[in-house]
Amino acid sequence: MSQEQDQHNLVVEELYAESHEWHVNAGEETIHAKRIQGKFRTLKWLAAATWVLFFIGPYMRWNGDQAILFDIPGRQYHIFDLTILPQDVWMLSLVLLFFAILLAVVTTLFGRVYCGFFCFQTIWVDAFTWIEGKLEGAPGKRRKLDKAPLTLNKFWIKAQKHFAWLLISAFTGLSFVAWFTDAFQLWVDYMTLSASATEWGTLALFTAGTYILAGFLREQTCLWLCPYARIQAVMLDRESLIPTYDFNRGEPRGRLSKGETVEGNGDCIDCNQCVAVCPTGVDIRGGLDEGCITCALCIDACDLVMDKIHKPRGLIRYESIDALEGKHVPPLMKRSRVLVYIIIMTLAFGGIIYGLLNISGLEIKVLHERQPLYVMLSNGSIQNKYELKILNKTHDDMYVTVTTGGLDGVELIGAEEPFLARPGKVTPYTVYLRLPRREMDGSSLSVYFQLQGVEQPELRSTYESMFLGPR
Amino acid sequence: MSENNPFPNENNTGHFWDDNLRELSNDPPGWWRIGFHASWIFCIIYFILYPALPTLSGYTTGTLGWTQVGEYNEDLAAIDQVRSKWEDQINDPNVTAAMIVADDELRNYTIRSAKVLFGDYCSACHGAGGAGNAAMSVSESGYPVLADDDWLYGGTIEQIQTTITNGRKGIMTPYGARLSAEEIDDLAQHVVALSEGGEHAAGKALFMEPTKGGCFACHGMDAKGMSALGSANLTDVVWRFSPGGLESARHTITHGVNGELMDPQSRNAVMPAFGPLGKNLSEGTIKKLAVYVHQLGGGQ
Repeated sequence: MSQEQDQHNLVVEELYAESHEWHVNAGEETIHAKRIQGKFRTLKWLAAATWVLFFIGPYMRWNGDQAILFDIPGRQYHIFDLTILPQDVWMLSLVLLFFAILLAVVTTLFGRVYCGFFCFQTIWVDAFTWIEGKLEGAPGKRRKLDKAPLTLNKFWIKAQKHFAWLLISAFTGLSFVAWFTDAFQLWVDYMTLSASATEWGTLALFTAGTYILAGFLREQTCLWLCPYARIQAVMLDRESLIPTYDFNRGEPRGRLSKGETVEGNGDCIDCNQCVAVCPTGVDIRGGLDEGCITCALCIDACDLVMDKIHKPRGLIRYESIDALEGKHVPPLMKRSRVLVYIIIMTLAFGGIIYGLLNISGLEIKVLHERQPLYVMLSNGSIQNKYELKILNKTHDDMYVTVTTGGLDGVELIGAEEPFLARPGKVTPYTVYLRLPRREMDGSSLSVYFQLQGVEQPELRSTYESMFLGPR
Repeated sequence: MSENNPFPNENNTGHFWDDNLRELSNDPPGWWRIGFHASWIFCIIYFILYPALPTLSGYTTGTLGWTQVGEYNEDLAAIDQVRSKWEDQINDPNVTAAMIVADDELRNYTIRSAKVLFGDYCSACHGAGGAGNAAMSVSESGYPVLADDDWLYGGTIEQIQTTITNGRKGIMTPYGARLSAEEIDDLAQHVVALSEGGEHAAGKALFMEPTKGGCFACHGMDAKGMSALGSANLTDVVWRFSPGGLESARHTITHGVNGELMDPQSRNAVMPAFGPLGKNLSEGTIKKLAVYVHQLGGGQ
């Protein structure tokens, strides 16, 4: 009986030991990661620096206007000389496709590079914890401060931190709004408290969002909130280069004894530095982890330790799982996924370039009147009515002529004078086509309308339509 | 059960299954409690501010005075505010329909806004878009197409406005009792020939003879009609009484138009008045309709 009980207890203990291994931090413990110098740390700062564009972008001018302006109420995007109207929105879908596939291909090759180096969540958390470190000290001191009772000193330190966080958050929110309206005027509006409800609301939302997500939720965002983290996890395969612990070399791990590796142990000295520096609290030695954002900071930490104990670097390094297990890894261009991704990207990119080259300052759309489809006139000819929608994408008033072709003997009525097309708008005009009854040899004939600028004859647009009559 | 509770120092409820599966009475999580309290506080504030509870004689109105119909009326007022820029011009007695046609922006606004009015007042007879309503048989009258260039009472904007304001009722005498069947047939053949660009000698003689047909008195010496009387142009290909052709012409000549006192089979072709004598639409509404009809495709 008691022997049976012992056996039972042993099994349960093993289970619990394993469950400790699978312990998941759902936010109950704050991760205070250690900061160290290294190659990837430097790379991370450089990648983060690209986000400076987000802050200074709205202040760039181009020909006296904001260089990049996403004018939502005006239904147009201004990107340098280019004006993009809702009619060009198909290009936006190609841009999205391009970046989606770019994300896929980069993830296939090098893991969650976006998560680890470029994602705003990672970078804002990095900036926030950097401030935390400056004010509260190293991770050990921070943990102690968190546990300490509230004193005036603690309150002062915490107040400074939260003030700095809120300041960054508010500036983030303001910079976001500045992409959608005139940046300088926006500052004036905020300062004089005369901004619109949308502007205040967006500012409040992004300030609160940044403050909460980067200040408090941190790695929990990547674990439980972010859909891309989950999507990217399934884009990885066994051939992707990701920060990996070389278990062949490291195991069995064990502490140094009197400064020397114990006989039979691997290179891992169980110093836990890789865990201490991890911003998401992952132990890379447990294998590929859902919490790992592949920021590679553990590589820096391990290399530093290897240098100290005079062992070669790279116990943790960018390596694929197949390579670690000694399997054959095909070169990049022979992987079908890479090839398919590159083909899709090329098509999307080609589409965008085609769109940008063919974006015309002038566009015509023709709506054929449906009630009635045609009318018989006194002299027996057939008249069809059309509504021309003339879109002028330039910034100035433009006069345009409309002509018709493709149908012999047809007479265009109502387009004798050039039409005025207002800038950035669709201007509607009504015209008629008349055709003698005897010319009708079917109930439906094709005809096209051509639009041409009077002062800019290089601007033109053509639209195919129908001419209908009795059978 | 509690006397043999194997977990005595735990806040369980004393309910056990399978030795150690048990129900605990822990406090709900903090976030849940915050949500719960926020919800009932919200409810109370909402009940104070907005209409909420039914009473015997009505309901509690709430301190904000908000009502659904009030919000709807505010929205309507906001739309009217936007439209007033053009509506004020259209309703101005000094702005004529011709001035509206001449102004691009005002004309476009008027056409779009009059589309609904046309649907309400006109399209029952004249069809959507002024497509007309063809007669289904020779004895029916149908309704004229407004999108073509053939006008009984003239196609200028002023004439169209007059037609809508006062209505129209043209008269044509029934000839069934005055002419023989052969004479009527000759006349009908002449009318058909006119629309094809020719003429019929015997019919033409009757047409021009005052004691017989005397048609020229109303349709004119050249048979092109007179807009003052609303007499049809007989030389064009458009038939007022569809489907046109010999049968139609014979029926019209025999029974006349709007002559029901003389001939009960007389054609009925009445356009009601929409001005003060009839529907009493406002001056601005009639101007809008006139512009819309003028712009359908055949305005002169």
